[in-house]
Amino acid sequence: MPGATRAAVKPGLTAGRKVANAVMKQVFRVLTYLVVAVFGGIVVYIVVRALPVLSLTFITQPPRDGMLAGGVSTCIYGTVALLMLTSVFAVPLGVAAAIYVNEFIGWGKRARLIRAAVNNLAGVPSIVFGLFGLAFFVVFLKIGASILAASLTLAVVVFPIVIVSTEEALKAVPRDYRLGSAALGATRWQTISRVTVPQAIPGIITGMILSIGRIAGETAPILFTGAAFYLPRLPDHPREQFMELSYHSFAMATQSSDITKSMPIAFGTAFVLLVLVFAFNLVGILYRARLRRKRAW
Amino acid sequence: MVATVVKYEGFSFWYGDFQALYDVDLDVAPRSVVAIIGPSGCGKSTLIKSVNRIAELEAKVRVDGKILLEGEDIYAPGVDLVSLRRRVGMVFQKPNPFPMSVFDNVAYGPKLFGVTRRGGLEAVVEESLKRAALWPEVRDRLRTSALRLSGGQQQRLCIARCLAVEPGVLLMDEPAASLDPTSTQKIEDLIIELKGKYTIIIVTHNMQQAARISGRTAFLLDGRLVEVNDTEAMFTRPDNKLTEDYITGRFG
Repeated sequence: MPGATRAAVKPGLTAGRKVANAVMKQVFRVLTYLVVAVFGGIVVYIVVRALPVLSLTFITQPPRDGMLAGGVSTCIYGTVALLMLTSVFAVPLGVAAAIYVNEFIGWGKRARLIRAAVNNLAGVPSIVFGLFGLAFFVVFLKIGASILAASLTLAVVVFPIVIVSTEEALKAVPRDYRLGSAALGATRWQTISRVTVPQAIPGIITGMILSIGRIAGETAPILFTGAAFYLPRLPDHPREQFMELSYHSFAMATQSSDITKSMPIAFGTAFVLLVLVFAFNLVGILYRARLRRKRAW
Repeated sequence: MVATVVKYEGFSFWYGDFQALYDVDLDVAPRSVVAIIGPSGCGKSTLIKSVNRIAELEAKVRVDGKILLEGEDIYAPGVDLVSLRRRVGMVFQKPNPFPMSVFDNVAYGPKLFGVTRRGGLEAVVEESLKRAALWPEVRDRLRTSALRLSGGQQQRLCIARCLAVEPGVLLMDEPAASLDPTSTQKIEDLIIELKGKYTIIIVTHNMQQAARISGRTAFLLDGRLVEVNDTEAMFTRPDNKLTEDYITGRFG
């Protein structure tokens, strides 16, 4: 019935629709810039508050004079060691679990169960992981408060992030590739190792970048498992305690005997932490870009 | 008794609770082309995907009845899917070359089975590309990405990729559906050429295509095989009223 259709649709754009469209565009624009502004504001605020202490010696010297002077070199060392060791534990395990769930079982009750467990794990507050790490790694496994115990605890924290991001990367690989490979007589593992994972690597790296940011910012999980308030020297073994940037910043902001001296240090430490995370992200992003360029097809 | 390469015997197929195929009986003679026609969603793809057992990669499936490949029940317990799929190649509706070079695409299958460069990989690749009538177009571009080829070339590359593992049976799921008329023509010529060496089961939406390339045609409707006949007979004097309605365009 053409007549009915014509009656229902008014010709052209009515003023109301045009206005609604323009208004909504501006609303989303303002909201987006608001988020960007908040982020920019935080960075600027940290830099301004950190300025009094920022110098080359701040990153090359250890703290001294009751941590009210000197730098944060021992904390940088501890943070980098923690990031690397945590990645060593979390990435292979997380990637393996994601491959198992997504490529080997894929659908069905078991996969749903594992995914639900992983999602729940991601929702657990990090202080709970801290207590778990203390009870399990430090005490039960007798590892003691150390870089090792803290890394293992953090690995549990970021495990779900690695799994979820790896699964997303694997899901982005077209199913046609898997079917094409299987149809040629490839085993699951041959398809995974020759087609699926090579395609998913850039996405997997993105997941690693995300999780490194998360590790660097966590304080609660390392509080009971290895982070030291103060150490006069660098740890030289994974079984020793360590100083760490986020915890040092927390200590300077809340546990200090002289708040006027320690607050700039707290902000300086936060600034170094930010730069460190950005640096790690940058390396990841550049590597990913290089991979994508290399197979620009 | 007529020799058959693929023999469906009372074959039924379910995706979960949904029954896609009902009690199908179909014989495919060696070195022949059988076209499967029927409206969308009638089970054509399922019918061929159950020969290399690839349907079960995408969903939970259940079967009843048998499919015999050279007399061997491919749904019997303990069947080696890897060697089954090596014997039964498949070309998909959308060309799906791997994001690798032309050479690596064709070499992919032989490499899975341990063929090395020293073991004559290059000869296999060249031979397969020649059989797929693609060699003259890509001989100087073996190192370029397969994804830079045109759609029709990609599809012939996928056929070459299949041929490289030397299957006896080729399954084709609307191989020309996404191609332009010239590329379609090339694929059809290729199928006619391959018919002498391989047993081909091809799903197609295009009845002229079925008429041009196949010796026998099977009409599938709602998961049931309505009619199987010599292609010429099917398109000139079909036995079944439903077949006649379909091929004369009364539905579908």
